[in-house]
Parts: sequence; C-alpha cells; structure tokens
Amino acid sequence: MATEIIRRPTRSSPWRNPAIRGIVFQVLFVAAVLALGSFLVHNTVVNLRRQNIASGFGFLDREAAFGIGESLIAYSPADTYARAFLVGLLNTLYVAGLGIVLATILGTVMGIARLSRNWLISKLAQTYVETFRNIPLLLQLFFWWGLLRESAPQPRQAWEPLPDVFVSNRGIVFPVPSPDPVYGWMALGLGVGVVATIGIARWARQRQARTGQQFPTGWVGLGLILGLPLVVFLVSGAPLALDRPELKGFNFLGGHAVSPEFAALLLGLVIYTGTFIAEIVRAGILAVSWGQSEAAMALGLKPGRRMRLIVLPQALRVIIPPMTSQYLSLTKSSSLAVAIGYPDLVSVANTAINQTGQAVEGITMIMAVYLTISLIISALMNIYNRAVALVER
Amino acid sequence: MMTRRCLRALGIIGVALGFGTTAQAGPTLDKVKQAGQISCGVGTGLAGFGAPDSQGHWAGFNIDICRAMSAAIFGAADKVKYVPLTAQQRFTALQSGEVDLLSNNTTDTLQRDTDLGLNFAPVVFYDGQGFLVPKKLGVKSAKELNGATICVQPGTTTELNLADYFRANKMEFKPVVIEKRDEVLSAFFSGRCDVYTSDSSALSADRLSQAPNPDDYIILPERISKEPLAPVVRHGDDQWDDIVRWVVYALIEAEERGITQKNVDENLKSDDPNVKRMLGVTPGMGKALGLDEKWAYNEIKLVGNYGEIFDRTLGKDTELKFDRGLNNLWTKGGLLYAMPIR
Repeated sequence: MATEIIRRPTRSSPWRNPAIRGIVFQVLFVAAVLALGSFLVHNTVVNLRRQNIASGFGFLDREAAFGIGESLIAYSPADTYARAFLVGLLNTLYVAGLGIVLATILGTVMGIARLSRNWLISKLAQTYVETFRNIPLLLQLFFWWGLLRESAPQPRQAWEPLPDVFVSNRGIVFPVPSPDPVYGWMALGLGVGVVATIGIARWARQRQARTGQQFPTGWVGLGLILGLPLVVFLVSGAPLALDRPELKGFNFLGGHAVSPEFAALLLGLVIYTGTFIAEIVRAGILAVSWGQSEAAMALGLKPGRRMRLIVLPQALRVIIPPMTSQYLSLTKSSSLAVAIGYPDLVSVANTAINQTGQAVEGITMIMAVYLTISLIISALMNIYNRAVALVER
Repeated sequence: MMTRRCLRALGIIGVALGFGTTAQAGPTLDKVKQAGQISCGVGTGLAGFGAPDSQGHWAGFNIDICRAMSAAIFGAADKVKYVPLTAQQRFTALQSGEVDLLSNNTTDTLQRDTDLGLNFAPVVFYDGQGFLVPKKLGVKSAKELNGATICVQPGTTTELNLADYFRANKMEFKPVVIEKRDEVLSAFFSGRCDVYTSDSSALSADRLSQAPNPDDYIILPERISKEPLAPVVRHGDDQWDDIVRWVVYALIEAEERGITQKNVDENLKSDDPNVKRMLGVTPGMGKALGLDEKWAYNEIKLVGNYGEIFDRTLGKDTELKFDRGLNNLWTKGGLLYAMPIR
C-alpha cells in the first residue's frame, strides 16, 4: 500500500496574514488617535476649569459692544458676537472672492505677455513677476497701505478726478445709483439675456456640427446680455438718481467708499498672487507641444482661434491644479488684513477672543471657517478640473 | 506678526490642552526662584510707562514695578526678563505661564477678573480714556465727534468704551482697528483717522514722544471712562498674588511714611514699630509672604518709593510732567491707600 502523504496546509498564525494584520494596525491607529484626542479635550476642559476661564460658545449670543469699521451687512455695537463674526466672515469672502477674480485676470494677462514676441512687453511682464513674487506679502501690504495713506490728501482737500468721485486718505468715494425698483427688473433682464445666450450657443454648436454653418454667437449674446437691461432701463424712463458723496463734518457721507485698508489688501493680494498665476499660465501654455499649434495652422485656424480652441483647452489641464493652491493661499493670506486694520474674520475674532477671553473657541471657529472655505474652493476646482481633464476612453 | 499672535494663541491652547501643566503645578514663586528671574509682561513701548532706552534697557513706571518685584524676591532689581506684548497677546501670555505677571497698563475690569481667569493687584495708576485730535480740526469737545474716523487698538477696554460712549451720545463713528501701537500711531499722525483714543496718560506720552509736532495736537477735555491700571497675575496661585499685592502696597506705604531711597538706611534705626515691621527690623512680614525679611527694604533701597518712581518716570523730573492728580496719597487728596503692613 502506497503511503499517502497528506499535505496539510501549514496553519499559519493570523499574524502572518497581511489582510488581518492591516486591519489590526488600522484599528490600533484609530484607537490611538481617539485616545490622544479625548485626552487632549479632557485636559483642556480640566485646565480651563481649574483656572476658572470661561468656556463654551454661549458668548456668541452676547452683545459684542465693539465697533467694526466696514461691513457688508448692517452692524452696530449692540449686535451679538455671532453677527460680528458673520461681518468678519463676509469681509473675508468679499476680499478673497474679488481677489481671486482679479488675480486670475492679471496673472493670465501677465503670463501671456511674458510669452509675447515683443521684447518690451515680455520684459515688463518678467520684471513684474520677478519683483513682486520675491517680496514678502506683508511688506507689500504695508507698502500699499502707507502709500495710499500718505500720498492722498485729507478729506477736506480731497482730489476730485471725476465729478463726484473723491480721493482722500479715507479712501475713494464715488456716487452709486440710488436704489430704484427698475434695477431689479434690469437684473432680471440680464439673467434672461445670459440664459438665452447659453441656449443660443448650444443650438449654434449643434447646427454647426450638423450643417457646418457658423452663427455669430458672440455678438448676438453680447447684444442680448447688454441689450435687455438697457431696453428695460430706457422703457422705464431712465431713472438716474445718484447717491452722491458729500463732505459732511469729518468724512464723506453717501456714495460708496473703498477704504485704504481694503484697497491695500486687495491690491497686495492681487499683485502678489498674480505673479504666481502668471508663471502657472506661462508654464501651462509652454506645456502644450508646438506641434499642436502647427497642426492648427495647417488646418488654417487664425491665431485667436488657435489659442482658444487648441492651445488653451490643453493648457488648462496643466494650469488648473496649481491654480487651486494659489486660490487657497490667497484666501488664507487675506488674514494678514489684521496687520493693516481691515476687519476680516481673523481681526474680528481676535477682538472677540480678547474681550471674552475664549481663545479656544475663537481659534476653533477661525480654523473651522478657513477649513470650510478651503474645502469648498478645492471641491469647485476639482469639479472644473474633471470637466476639462482629458477624457480617456 | 500674524504668526507670533497665532503662536501665542496656540500657546494658551497648548497649555489648556495639557502640554504646559507643569507651569501651573508649583507655586509661581518657586518657578521664579528656580529660573533666577521674573518674566514680566510689558507693553511694546510707551514713553514713561515702559520703553527700551537708546541702550536697549527697559525703563519706565511699569518697568519699575517689575524691578520692585525683583528687588523684593531676589534682593537685586535687575533679575527681570521683559516680554513685550501687544494688547491682544498679553492675557494669553499670562494665562499660559509665558509671563509671571503683567505690568502693562491693564485696566481692572470684572470680566477680566472672572472670565479670563486673572487676579488684579492694587491699582498703581488711575487713568481715564481721552481723545487726541489734530488742532486744525477745530474740535473743542468729544461731543462734536459725530461721524469721525477713530484709530484704536484692539483687545482693549478702550475699544469697548469708545463704542459705549458713542452709543450713549447717539453719535456715529468709524473705527480703524490696528493691532500694533506704532502702526496705529503712524496711521493717526498721517491723517488716516480724525481721532486717536486711548488712556489719557498714553495720549500725553504719545503726543510728546511720537507726534511730528506736539503742538499741532490737543487732548479733548472729556474723560469717558475710569481706567484703573493694575499689575495682573493668573488665577490659581494665591501666594504669588499676595506677593504682588504687598510689593505694591509697600511702595505706597513707604511714600506715606516718608521712607525714600536715600533715607531708608537711617530708617532701619527708627523707633516706629510700623517702620520696623515693614523694613524687617522686627521679623515676621517677610516670612508670611514667603520672602526675605528685607523684602520691602530692598524694594525701597533699590527702586524707591511710589512717589520717587512716579517723579522719575512720569512726573516732574520728566518731559511728560504728569500731575499726581488721583495718583497721589489719600492724605494728599489722591486715591493711593496702602493696607496696613502688620
């Protein structure tokens, strides 16, 4: 009888199983993080209590009792801390949003200018990039703020470059149209124009794909977007009452004022971030191989269309990811506002922290807000990135 | 600047989180003795009260309080580390144990005493908030300031009193809030604001030491608040609190009894039992505080009594020429009143 050797699989210890080992390590890691976290929270609570330092978010309902220089919404010292935080948040979003748009425009123009074959233009763009990229942002902010403050006259001697536009060391004040119901209808007209233009563009593209016939979408769209509000404006009798600024007492009343702090912050952020965006745009365009342009030329596309239809769509794939981090850093750098007295979130939160003594809560709120803003910007940019990314089949 | 403030803010969080508990564990006096110096939180530079001189040595009224502490504890006036703090940084620095006391023109208020976990020593300077304006504005009273743009430092009682005053008088104002003192001042003197508001003593000092031409500026007559300025310690160490309290009282008591830097040695031979107790000739007081029996003697010998400090830093011997006013002894019509040393 042949002896049969039964080969049993050697029972290895579970420890040798990579899958189980992985799970064990992950469980241990999560447990360690949770333990550390709860230890820290516990210690915080105990230590705050021992020193009798107030804690909790109850202070948000209390009266803030401090003034804020600029606000997009109505605010008075009689409002709550929560509202003061909201004012700061809106100020941050305002300067960051405007900054992102303007920096993108400036950066794109400068990036393309640096590639120009015109020696003067490309050298000017290069000088701009190399100068402002290499000076710390905080110094630039102090520079612009000092410049705006020192070079402009007192309100009583304000310059008036245009009728009713005043430049003084309190900022630039200009007339704005007084509120009128017609403006609401004009906004509606604008909205209708935009929607109609999108529809026409889609129809025109399909028709071109079908028949090869082109349609002047650009001009028709422009006509609709500008024309509709204009028609509404003219039909309703062109109400043009202006809210004019007037020197009353110490300052200008009425109109809209841009403070030197806001202007300096915006200028600093835009000019600084613009340099990085310029380099990103230049790199993106250079990343598209010259063969693509040559092929476009061989097909007979004019330079403008070549850029718009062939080069930029490919360049965008390279440009978008680093652009996201520039937008994030611009938003976060806006917190330097505190140094030059623009009441952004950090500035307001700092005051609140100091008046209530609740540093832990205040810093937590600042961190949560910046984290949220950053995540939203990243998410939006990722969606856009996916839209322009190379579709692989 | 941003980073520094953040670090300080994180500092307290760090302490709160438990990284710095050792700073709280033992009495502050032991820590100070072990370190061989007192860590004293001072301002970032205010003429008369505390500013580095041309050689970088700190001098001024608040500085002398720190030096008196050092004299009482170490028998030498120079065992102090000065930590310059902005209005916003000061409380977190104290709470987190970075400094052992604040001598920093800090106003004593209920909320700070409770919510912030602080204890205030006796008031060393009675002040009130005022307004500094350029003469050419032609303003004579704070009541005419409706609509003015006002420069102010954040994290101060000044910021809150300002809002209160304008609300109470149904006036509007636009605050320009800047953290650094020198930035606030440069903004004001360049005309960014119509008004600069702070404690009136600080206004006088800034007008004299910082204005391009002091005569172009005036301080309006209104005092819109009470600003009792006092050294501050954190909750949780009663012994340290007591030391600061009695170091201040000893300065005032010495002036009241006519004991000066010059005659303190002669006073050692005094027959007055009060003087003997205070100067440690009759022992007991120093032991009660946990200090050397010569604590008060050293203070007066090395730093001087309250009046001498005042005259030397703010009063008649200086350019500031502050009047003693409220900051005079109770026997001379002021508010300074030391508790009995017995």
